Amino acid sequence: MSEAYASQMQVLDEVAIRIQNMHKWYGEFHVLKNVNLTVNRGERIVICGPSGSGKSTLIRCINRLEEHQRGDIIVDDIELTNDIKNIAEIRREVGMVFQHFNLFPHLTVLENCTLAPIWVRRMPKADAEEIAMNYLEKVKIPDQALKFPGQLSGGQQQRVAIARSLCMNPRIMLFDEPTSALDPEMIAEVLDVMVSLAESGMTMLCVTHEMGFARKVANRVIFMDGGEIIEENEPEEFFNNPQSDRTKLFLSQILAH
Amino acid sequence: MTDISQDKSALQDDHGPDYAPGTHPSLPPPSSSVGPIHWIRVNLFSSIPNILLTILAVWVLWATIPGLLNWALFDAAFQGDSRSDCRAVAEGACWAFISSRFGQFIYGFYPVELRWRVDLAAIGLVMALVPLLFDKVPYRRFGLYFAAAYPFIAYFLLMGGLGLEPVETSKFGGFMLTMVIGVTGIAVSLPIGIVLALGRRSDMPIVRVLCVVFIEFIRGVPLITLLFVASTMLNYFLPPGTTFDLLLRVLIMVVLFASAYLAEVVRGGLQAIPKGQTEAADALGLTYWKAMRLVILPQALKISIPGIVNTFIGLFKDTTLVIIIGLLDPLGIGKAALADAKWQGLAAEVYIFIAILFFICCFGMSRYSLYLENKLHTGHKR
Repeated sequence: MSEAYASQMQVLDEVAIRIQNMHKWYGEFHVLKNVNLTVNRGERIVICGPSGSGKSTLIRCINRLEEHQRGDIIVDDIELTNDIKNIAEIRREVGMVFQHFNLFPHLTVLENCTLAPIWVRRMPKADAEEIAMNYLEKVKIPDQALKFPGQLSGGQQQRVAIARSLCMNPRIMLFDEPTSALDPEMIAEVLDVMVSLAESGMTMLCVTHEMGFARKVANRVIFMDGGEIIEENEPEEFFNNPQSDRTKLFLSQILAH
Repeated sequence: MTDISQDKSALQDDHGPDYAPGTHPSLPPPSSSVGPIHWIRVNLFSSIPNILLTILAVWVLWATIPGLLNWALFDAAFQGDSRSDCRAVAEGACWAFISSRFGQFIYGFYPVELRWRVDLAAIGLVMALVPLLFDKVPYRRFGLYFAAAYPFIAYFLLMGGLGLEPVETSKFGGFMLTMVIGVTGIAVSLPIGIVLALGRRSDMPIVRVLCVVFIEFIRGVPLITLLFVASTMLNYFLPPGTTFDLLLRVLIMVVLFASAYLAEVVRGGLQAIPKGQTEAADALGLTYWKAMRLVILPQALKISIPGIVNTFIGLFKDTTLVIIIGLLDPLGIGKAALADAKWQGLAAEVYIFIAILFFICCFGMSRYSLYLENKLHTGHKR
């Protein structure tokens, strides 16, 4: 069933992200080792792996929250270099959702959503608010628009964070463990939003341990360990027929209970 | 104490009707946990040490307040031309001394016929501050324009020029001098302090080193030393023949001094903002300056409000140090007045009066900072 569901969502033949022979070090520590990854437009990729395997670092390299030292990252035909202009251009096209939401606590929900459109895209305030309300409706919390983040539950905050990213009309969305800081009841409401985002054809890279989500929407699951991509496969194959011993061990541990 | 335990058992006995699981309504609190009697019992008589402290506090108030009121009000002289005039009428404080010198305490040696300009500048200051400090003021927009223009208006009103008769800064004195130094110091040092704090956290080593050296140097030197440098040594560094107004030099030194302290206070606030805030701002495409202005500084400054106001209050009181290099702030005026043979021995009145002047200003700043903290609070409480 899940395969049929995933295949409804179209993947174009156009490359959204290309990462070639990419390496990264934290000081002496070699975090990412020769990473190669190509993501097509409309593709939904789930990255999993034990903690410290470099999966968060990998997606944080894509919008330059972390700097890579060797290799190439090309996002939307823009090469990621030290050129501030390129970085700014890529960040406008790439949205990101964090584990700890990182909403701006001094601004209302609506202001959180309109800040970047107004100050980065130079959109008139009324237009930005209209778009923001539109996305807040999509994540099902338009009635909270005038509250502050501190007054919302974790699940609501994470949905606001997703809406905030979408307001910039990104072509690619990065999710860095979006449900890891949430109570079980709230995970579902965030995953629902992410599924409907996937249905809309968004290119998504998602670091998560929600294997149900991976089975349901991912085109590909990537398993990382020790800074390397160990295995890469379609979800059914990945879960039912893992190739490497490391993957088997990881899956047996997370699916054990 | 026995009361409380009785209450508890009473509550247990009268536990009300049983509700099916999941249907228990929210009930009002028991009457013994609200109201003034409850407040007095909890706050003043909750335990034996508390009862003793309450009795002690009442006794201290009873022993001191009547004497103080007698001296300051009921047995005080408000009119007279000398100390002996006062003593002829009353045993207590001789406020006639303060009223006879009141003009000097406020205006220093500013020409009497031009004092209206100082008054006008003071009214302007209030009109500029109200829209700056409070956001629900009618016509706030125009108020802010006025606030932006105010420094120039005040400059010409106080110094003269543009058709107004010029007044030398050496004539400035009294409380007006305190306000000139205090307000200029506060207004100019905050932006410099913020820039220094950002510079100290910069990725660029040269900027960072410059900021660290400046902050550590200025903080490591007493303000009095800087004021002496301003009044005497600066002449050695400047080309011969340049005249450089003493008040201006003092202002520069006070601003540098306060901005170094503010930089560290603001840095403390910046340090408290989680890294995720910068990352979220970056990920949304905001540039460094926009991220700072719209996301990081509003939060960092809010956290730093107590420290910032603390520094402001310190600066305001430190303005009295200018007496050392010969500027006559209220303390200087007071000292000079006390030397008058007619009024000898009235130091208490002078210093209490000056203390009240300063207390009003500093307490006002302190209250405003509390108001601001409450206003900017965006957590669960609101």
